[in-house]
Amino acid sequence: MSNTVWLIPLFPLLGTLLNALFGRWIGRHAHWIAVPALACSFLLSGAVFLRVWNGETFRGDLFPWIEAGTFRTAVTAQVDPLAAVMLLVVTGVGFLIHLYSAGYMHGDPGYARYFTYLNLFVFSMVMLVLAGNFLVLYVFWEAVGLCSYLLIGFWYTRKSAADAGKKAFIVNRVGDFGFGLGVMALWVALGTLDYGTVFDEVETLSPETATVIALLLFMGACGKSAQLPLHTWLPDAMEGPTPVSALIHAATMVTAGVYMVARTHALFERSGVALDVVAWVGGLTALFAATIGLAQTDIKRVLAYSTISQLGYMFAGVGVGAYAAGIFHLVTHAFFKALLFLGAGSVIHAQGGEQDLRKMGGLAPRMVLTTITFLVGAAGLAGLPPFAGFFSKDEILASTYHRGRLWLWALLLLGAFLTAVYIFRVVLLAFFGGPRMSKEVAHHLHESPPVMTLPLGALALLTAVAGVAVGMPSTQGTAFARFLSPVFPLSEEVGHGGLSAYALLVLSVIVAVVGLLFAWLLYGSRPIKVEAIGRPRNRLHALLLNKYYVDELYGFLFVRPLLRVAGFCARVFDLGFIDGIVNGLGQLVVGWARSMRRLQTGYVMNYALMTLLGAVVIVGFLLSR
Amino acid sequence: MVPESYYTALSAILFTIGVVGVLVRRNPLVIFMSIELMLNAANLALVAFGHRFGAADAQVLAFFVMTVAAAEVAVGLAIIVTIFRLRRRLSVDELSIMRW
Amino acid sequence: MDAALIPLLPLLVVGGTALLVIVLDLLPPRDRKGHLGVVALAGVVMALLVSLGLWGREGRAFRGMVVLDNFALFLDVVICYAAALVLLLSTDYLRRNDGERGEYYILVLLSTLGMVLMAAAADLIVIFLALELMSLSLYVLAGFFRGRLAAAEASMKYFLLGAFATGFFIYGIALIYGATGSTALDRIAAATRAGTRDPLLLVGLGLLLVGFGFKISSVPFHMWVPDVYEGAPTSVTAFIATGSKAAGFAALLRVLLSTFKVSQPDWTVLLWVVAVLTMTVGNVVAIAQSNLKRMLAYSSVAHVGYMLIGVVAGGALGAGSVLFYLLVYTFTTAGAFGVILLLERGRREAVDLDDYAGLAGRHPVLALTLALFLLSLIGMPPTAGFAGKFYLFGAAVRSGYIWLAVIAVLNSAVAAYYYLRVVVYMYMRDTEGLPTGPAPSFAGRLALAIALWGIFQLGLLPAPVLDLAQAAVAPLLR
Repeated sequence: MSNTVWLIPLFPLLGTLLNALFGRWIGRHAHWIAVPALACSFLLSGAVFLRVWNGETFRGDLFPWIEAGTFRTAVTAQVDPLAAVMLLVVTGVGFLIHLYSAGYMHGDPGYARYFTYLNLFVFSMVMLVLAGNFLVLYVFWEAVGLCSYLLIGFWYTRKSAADAGKKAFIVNRVGDFGFGLGVMALWVALGTLDYGTVFDEVETLSPETATVIALLLFMGACGKSAQLPLHTWLPDAMEGPTPVSALIHAATMVTAGVYMVARTHALFERSGVALDVVAWVGGLTALFAATIGLAQTDIKRVLAYSTISQLGYMFAGVGVGAYAAGIFHLVTHAFFKALLFLGAGSVIHAQGGEQDLRKMGGLAPRMVLTTITFLVGAAGLAGLPPFAGFFSKDEILASTYHRGRLWLWALLLLGAFLTAVYIFRVVLLAFFGGPRMSKEVAHHLHESPPVMTLPLGALALLTAVAGVAVGMPSTQGTAFARFLSPVFPLSEEVGHGGLSAYALLVLSVIVAVVGLLFAWLLYGSRPIKVEAIGRPRNRLHALLLNKYYVDELYGFLFVRPLLRVAGFCARVFDLGFIDGIVNGLGQLVVGWARSMRRLQTGYVMNYALMTLLGAVVIVGFLLSR
Repeated sequence: MVPESYYTALSAILFTIGVVGVLVRRNPLVIFMSIELMLNAANLALVAFGHRFGAADAQVLAFFVMTVAAAEVAVGLAIIVTIFRLRRRLSVDELSIMRW
Repeated sequence: MDAALIPLLPLLVVGGTALLVIVLDLLPPRDRKGHLGVVALAGVVMALLVSLGLWGREGRAFRGMVVLDNFALFLDVVICYAAALVLLLSTDYLRRNDGERGEYYILVLLSTLGMVLMAAAADLIVIFLALELMSLSLYVLAGFFRGRLAAAEASMKYFLLGAFATGFFIYGIALIYGATGSTALDRIAAATRAGTRDPLLLVGLGLLLVGFGFKISSVPFHMWVPDVYEGAPTSVTAFIATGSKAAGFAALLRVLLSTFKVSQPDWTVLLWVVAVLTMTVGNVVAIAQSNLKRMLAYSSVAHVGYMLIGVVAGGALGAGSVLFYLLVYTFTTAGAFGVILLLERGRREAVDLDDYAGLAGRHPVLALTLALFLLSLIGMPPTAGFAGKFYLFGAAVRSGYIWLAVIAVLNSAVAAYYYLRVVVYMYMRDTEGLPTGPAPSFAGRLALAIALWGIFQLGLLPAPVLDLAQAAVAPLLR
C-alpha cells in the first residue's frame, strides 16, 4: 500500500510543478493538467480506502528529514480509517471543484496560476491529512494557510482582495503562533513528535501540562477553523474566487482544526478541561455565527457565516467526545456546503459577478438545475430528512443530550432553527419572488455550462444519499462510527436507541421545518421591498448587520494601538537609534571595502607577490611550531 | 662523489631565482621562463632524493613534470600570441584593465 | 567488464566521451557544433549515473594510485552536476558570441576528467597530473573568446599565477618525497605517524597548501579570482567557480584528513586564520563592487572561507558539512552565473548593477530566479544555503570553535547587504528603457530549473544528503 499512498499527494504536486513551470505556454489549457491530476489522486484514494475498509492500515517514512542534535524527524505518513475518510473527501470534493473551476475561471488571465495554487493546496491538504507526526502536520498546516492566502488574494489588483488575503494571513498567524508553541511544548514534555508515541505516552503527562498543550493546539484550530474569537477572516476571505471558497473555505481547509482535535483527542481527553473549552467555543460560535447569517445581504457572506456556524457544531461534537459524529458532520458539510457555494457561484457567474441578494430574485425558472441542486444543499444544511445534514447534525445533538450537556444542546438546537431560517431566506431571496436585477443582467441570465452543473449534480446526489447510506442511527452507532471505531472507540452510550432517541429525531425535524416556515413567512409569503433588506430596522438588527461590531472592536483594541506603537517605533526608535548604529557600522564597512579593493591592483606582479608572502608566512608558521 | 646536500642546495637556489624572476620581470615570456626554472628546481630535488632512496619513482615523476611543463609551454605561448595579436606589445603591466 | 577497471569507471566515461567528441569534431558539419554539446552532456550525465550506481563500492587501481571510495563518488556527483549545468548553459551562449567551436566541449570534458581524477587520486603524482589537466584546460577556456582583450587578459593572469602556484606545489611534492621516500598518500601517512617534526616535511606541506590555496582561492592566494571571473566567458566562470573549487577541496580534504592527520594541530590553527581572512576579505571587498560577476567572484572567495570552517572543525560532521556545502554551492553559484549569462543582450553582457534595475518588470521569471539564488547565497531558509551554513557553523560550535562561528555569522550579515542590493535593484528601481533580451533557450531554462530544484531539495530536505556526505568522508577518517 505504501506506494499507492505516496502517489496520492504526488499527482497534485506534479500538476503544480507543470503549471508553475510551463504555465505561460499551457495557459488556458491548464485544467488539462490539474483536473486529471486530481482524478488520479481521487481514484488512488478510493483504492486506499477500500484496503482500509478491509482492515489494513499503513504507516511509513518517506525519508529522514531534519537532523539536528538529538532532534530527528522524518516525513511520516499514516493511514487509518480517519485519514482514509479525509483523503476521500479532500480528493473527491477537490476533484469536483477543480472540474467546476475549469468552467468558472474560464478566460481569466491568471488561469494557469489559479490551477497551480489549487493543486498546491490539494497537495498540502493531502499531506496534512497523511501526516504521521506533529512536525509534518505543522508544516502543511502552514502550507494550506499559504495557499489560502494566495487564493484569497488571487485577484490581487483588487484592493479588497489583497486586504482580505492579508487579514486571513495575520489572523491565522495569531492562531498558528499558539499551535507552534503547542508543538514545541509537546516536544519539551515528551521528547517526541510522533503521533503513535505521543498518544501512547500521553498518560505520563500531568493533566495540567496536557491542558496547556491542548489549549495551545486548539488556538491554532480556532484560527484555521474560524472559531470565536478568531473568526473574522473567513467572511472577508469570500473575496477569493467562488470555487476557492467552496474548496478551501468550506469543505476542506477550515475543517483542518476539527480534524486536528479529533486526531489528537487522546491529548484533549487527558486534559478534560480542554475538551470542555472546545465544546463551549464550538457551541457559542455555532449560535453566534448563525445569528449574523440572518442579516447579511451578500450571498457568499451568508454562506461564510453558515460555515463558521457549522464548524462550531463539529467542535461541539468532538468537544463532548462524539468524535465520529463530529467527523461525520465534517464529511456531510463538505458535500452540502461545497454544493451551496458552487450553486452560489453558478448564480454569481450567471449574473456577471453580482453577489448582492437584493439584486437577485426569480432565478428559478431560468436556472432550473442550479435551483434544484441549491435546494438540496439548503435542505441538507437545514437538517431536513432524508438529506445528509439531518443525520450528522442529529448525531451531534443527540450526543450532547445523552451526555447531559443540556445547555449546550439547547444552544445548538436554537442554532439549528436559525440555520433553517437563514438558508431558506437566501433560497427565497435569490431564486423565488420577482426579479430585482437590472434589465441588462436579466437579459444575459443563463444556466451554467455542463462542466459546472455536473459537479453540482454529483454533490447534490452525495448530499441526498450519504446520510441514509452510512448515517442511520442504530443501537450499535452509525455505520460511519463503526468504520472509525479503530480510531475512536464506540462508547457505550453512543448506541442510543429507544424512545428518547426518536423523540430527539422528531424534535430536530420540527425545528428545521418551523425555521423553514418562518423564513417563508418573512420573505416568501408576500412581495418584498428591496429597500427593506439590509437596512437596520432596530438595534438588534443593526447589531447583526454589523456582525456584533467585532471587526470594529478588534480595530479599536489591537490594530490601531499597534499601528500607533509601530509608527512611534519607526519614527523615534528605528530612525534615531537603530539606524544610527547600523548606518555607522555600515559606513565603516563600506569605507573599509573601498580601501581594501585598492589592494587588487590588477598587476600580475602584486598578485604573485601576495602568493609568495602567503607561502612564506605559511611555511614560517609551520616551522615555528 | 658530490654529496646529496649539494644538489638540494642548488635546487633551492634555482627555485629562489625562479621566484624572484617571476616577481621582478615584466615580459610574460621571461616570467614564464622563471616558472620553468622553478619546475626544474623541483625536478633536480626529486632526482637527488630519488638517488638517496635508491628508487626510480622520483625520476619517473621528474619526467611527468617535464611533460607537464611542455604542455604548459604550449598553452602559455598560445595565450601570449593571442595577447600580442590584440595589443602588439608584451608587458604584464599593461594587463590591468580589470582591477579593484 | 574487467573488475579491475571498475574503480576507473567514472574516469573512463568522461575520458571516453572526450575522445569521442574529438573524433566527432573532425566530422561535418563544420559550422555547427551544438551536437557536440549534446554528446558531452550525455557523457557527463552518464558519469553522474555511474557514480551514483557505484555508491558504496571500494576499490583501487594502478597500484593504489587511484582509489574508488564514497568520498570520490560524492565529489564525482558534485563535479558532474557542475559540468552538466555549465554545458547546458553553454551551447546557446557560445552561438550568440560566435564562439561555437568543438574545442570548447573537448576542453570542458578534459578539465572535468582532471577534476574527477583529482577526487580519486591517492598519490601526489596523480594529484599533480590531475591538477594540471584541469588547470591547463581551464586556462585555455578562460581566454576562449579570442577577440576580447578582457578574456585574453584573464587567461594570461590565470595562467601565469596558476603556473607560479604549480611551481610551489611540485616543489612541495619533491620535499615531501625527500622526507618520506614516497608520494603515495597512505605511505606518507605511515611514514609521518612516528610524529617526528621533520622540517623538510613541514615545508613541503606548507608549499602544498599554497597550491591548494590557489585552486580553492583562499586568501592570500585569491587575487586572480576577481579578474579571471570577470574576464572569462560567463559559462567558464561558472565552471571555475564550481568544478575546480570542488576538485581543489577534494584533494585538500584527502591530503589533510587522511595523510597529515598527525600535524592536525598545526594546520588547524593555520586554516582557522585563513578561514577568517578569506571570508572577511571576500565579503568586505564584495561590498564595493558594482560589476555583478566581480561581486560574485568576491562572494565565492567568502564562501571558500565558510567551507574552510568545516575543514577546521574536522571529524565526520565538519568534513561532511564541507561536502554538503560544495553541492549546495555548486547549484547556487552555477544558477546565479547562469542567470547573468542568459540576461546577456547582443554581445554585451549584463554585468553592471545598473543592468539589473527594474529587471523584475522586464524578466519577472529570471529576476525571481536570480533573487532565489542570491537568497541561497545569503543563507535564507528554506533555501539550501541556509542548511549548508547551519551545518558548517554547527560543526564549528560542536568542535568548540565558537569564535569562528561568531565571525562567520557576522560575515553572513555583512554579505546580506550586497546580495540584497541586487534584489533591491531588480525589484525597486524603474526600468530605464532597457530593452528586454531574447527569451532564454530551453537548455538554459532547464539548467536554471535543475539548479532551483537543487537549492530547494537541499534546503527543505537536507538530512538524506547530509547522511551521504558524512558517509562519504568516513573512509578518510578511518
